[in-house]
Amino acid sequence: MPYKFLEDVAIADVAFEATGKTLEELFESCGLAVTNTMVKDLDSVKRKIVKDIEVESESIELLLFAFLQEIIFYKDAKLLLFNKFDVRIRQMKKKNRLKAKAYGEKLNMKKHELKVDVKAVSLHNFQVKKTRSVWKASVILDV
Amino acid sequence: MPFGNQVFKKPEFKKISDVVWEIPTSFKQGMNVPARIFATKKIVDAMDLQVYDQITNVANLPGIQKYAFCMPDGHSGYGFPIGGVAAFDPDENGVISPGGIGFDINCGMRLVLTNLTYDQVKPHLKAIVDKLFERVPAGVGSTGFVKLTKDQFRKVVEEGAEWALDNGYAWKEDLERTELNGKAEWADNSKVSPKAIERGFNQIGTLGSGNHYLEIQVVKPENILDKELAKKWGLFPNQIVIMFHCGSRGFGHQIGTDYLQTFLSVMERKYGIKILDRELACAPFNSPEGQDYFKAMACAVNMSFVNRQVILHRIREVFSGVFKQDAEKLGMHMLFDVAHNRASLEEHEVNGKKKKLIVHRKGATGSYPSGREEIPKLYRNDGSPVIIGGSMETGSYLLVGGEKSNETFCSTAHGSGRTMSRTAATRMFRGDELQKDMMQKGIYVKSVSFSGLAEEAGGAYKNIDDVIEATHLAGISRKVCKLIPVGNVKG
Repeated sequence: MPYKFLEDVAIADVAFEATGKTLEELFESCGLAVTNTMVKDLDSVKRKIVKDIEVESESIELLLFAFLQEIIFYKDAKLLLFNKFDVRIRQMKKKNRLKAKAYGEKLNMKKHELKVDVKAVSLHNFQVKKTRSVWKASVILDV
Repeated sequence: MPFGNQVFKKPEFKKISDVVWEIPTSFKQGMNVPARIFATKKIVDAMDLQVYDQITNVANLPGIQKYAFCMPDGHSGYGFPIGGVAAFDPDENGVISPGGIGFDINCGMRLVLTNLTYDQVKPHLKAIVDKLFERVPAGVGSTGFVKLTKDQFRKVVEEGAEWALDNGYAWKEDLERTELNGKAEWADNSKVSPKAIERGFNQIGTLGSGNHYLEIQVVKPENILDKELAKKWGLFPNQIVIMFHCGSRGFGHQIGTDYLQTFLSVMERKYGIKILDRELACAPFNSPEGQDYFKAMACAVNMSFVNRQVILHRIREVFSGVFKQDAEKLGMHMLFDVAHNRASLEEHEVNGKKKKLIVHRKGATGSYPSGREEIPKLYRNDGSPVIIGGSMETGSYLLVGGEKSNETFCSTAHGSGRTMSRTAATRMFRGDELQKDMMQKGIYVKSVSFSGLAEEAGGAYKNIDDVIEATHLAGISRKVCKLIPVGNVKG
C-alpha cells in the first residue's frame, strides 16, 4: 500500500503517511488515501467518469494541499468518488502546476460502504519531503 | 520526519486551584500570556501532551488577552487544541484565525423538549429512530430535501433562521431560543467563494458524519440535579427529549479552507505575523482579510442555524406522524441552540477595563452568567443554557452558565473529549457488535456506517461525568440535568 493510516498522531482526525517513487506517484497515493478515508473498499468504485483537475501553487506542499482539496470539493459538489488519478506536475521557477485526470463514479450509499466524511485538509504538521529514493508526505484530514 | 514520533514536553504546572493549572510564559519562547487548563488533576495528568504544545502556540498569537484557555474536554487538534478558548483585542493588533474556530464553523448542539414520557415512547422507539434515520440524511455525500438555487442559497446564508421561519421550517419562538436569534447580522455572501456555495447549497437538513448525531434521550428522575431550574426550563422526570449535533457542512468547511490559504499568503508578507503552526494562520481582525473572513464565517454561522432548524422541522414531523398529533400538542419546544465552533465579538473585562474582544471558541461552548446580553431574554436571569453532548453510550448534560465563567471569557467544555484516535478505535471496537451491545443496554442505534459507529464508541472518549464535574467545580458552568440516550441516529 502506498499509504498508511496512523493511530497515534491525531486523536479526533485522520492522519496518514504516503509515499511515491516520483512526486506524481506521491500525489496519486495521497489522493487514494483521501478517498479511502471516506469509502472502505476502493475497488467498489468504478471508473465511469473522468474529471480534469488543475491547480497551481508556489510551493509543492500547498500544491498537494490544493489537489487534495479538489477531491473533497468534488465529493460534496458533484457527489463523486475517485479511485484512480493520473497526475502530471510541472515545477517551474515561481510556480508549480498540476494537471490530473481523476477517474471514478457517483457516490452510492447502497453500493459503496462509506466510512467518515472528510471536511478539510489540515495544514497541521502537513509535510512533503524527498528522501534519497522516495517522496513522502504526511497529512491530517479533519473529519 | 517529525510525524508520529514528535516529542512533546510536559509543562511544570503552577497550581492555581484544584481545577485550574497554569503553564507560565517561560514554557515556550514568544508566549504573550500564560496558558490555563481548566481540569481536575486526574484529567490534566491524562491529557495528551500535544494539547500543551498547541495551547501554548495559541498564547503566541498577537493581541491575545489574559490567558490561552483549555477546557477539561481538551484534546489535540490542529492549530488550537479542541477545547481551546482565546480572546484577542482588535485595538492591540488582535487577530482572527480560522484555526481557532475549526473548519466546521458554528457546529453546535440543539435540545428539544417533548411532553412525552419514556413509557409512552418506548413501544415506538424503533419506529421513531428508523423514521428519523430516513428523514434526516446522514453520512458521506448526503443531500437535503430543501431544493434551492445557488442564488437562493446566497440569500439563505445572510438571513439565517429568519429564512427558515419565512419558509415554514420554524416556530417564531425557536428563533428566540437560538444564540444570536439564529442570525449573524454581519454576514456578507460576497465574501464567500463560488466553491463554498457549490459544496453547501444542497446540504441543508443533513447531519454530516463523524461525531455528529441525533439522539432520543430520557430525563431520569435521579439525574435532575437542579430541580428548580430544570422545572422552570420545562424538564420533568422520565421525560423524553431530543438532542442533536451538527454544523455548517461542506459550506463552512470550504470557507475555512479558503481563508486559511488567504491568511497564509498575507500573514507574514503583509502583517509580519509569525506563527508556530500553519493551522494558526491569521490576520489582524481589523484588516481587510480579517474582516472578510469574519463576514464569510457569519454566512456559515447562518447556514448551520438553518441546517439545525430544518432538521428540527423534520424531527417534529416524524414525532407528529408516529403519535398522530401536532408537534405543538406534543410540547416539542426547543430549549436552546448553542454553538461550540465560532468567533464572537463580545465585551469582557481585562484588568478592570471593559474591552470589545474577538473571542475564539474551538470545541468550547459559550457559557454566560445571568444578566449578560448574549443570553436570550427568556433565560437572561438564569444564565445561558449550556448543552454538552457526551459519547453515544454514556449520556449528555444540560448546564447553566456559571458566575466564574467571566474568568474564561464565558466559555466551558463542549463534549467529553476523545482519548483514542479513530484508527485505534476501529481496531478496538466493531460497529456491528457495538450496535448489539448498545441494544442490550437499552439504546437503539442506527448508522450509515459500522466503522463510523466503532469510531464513536464510548470507550474512545473521556468520562463525561469527570469533564462536567470539572466545569462545575470551576464554577464556569453548573449542572442542571444529565440526559441518558435511548435512541441514536449516527452520521
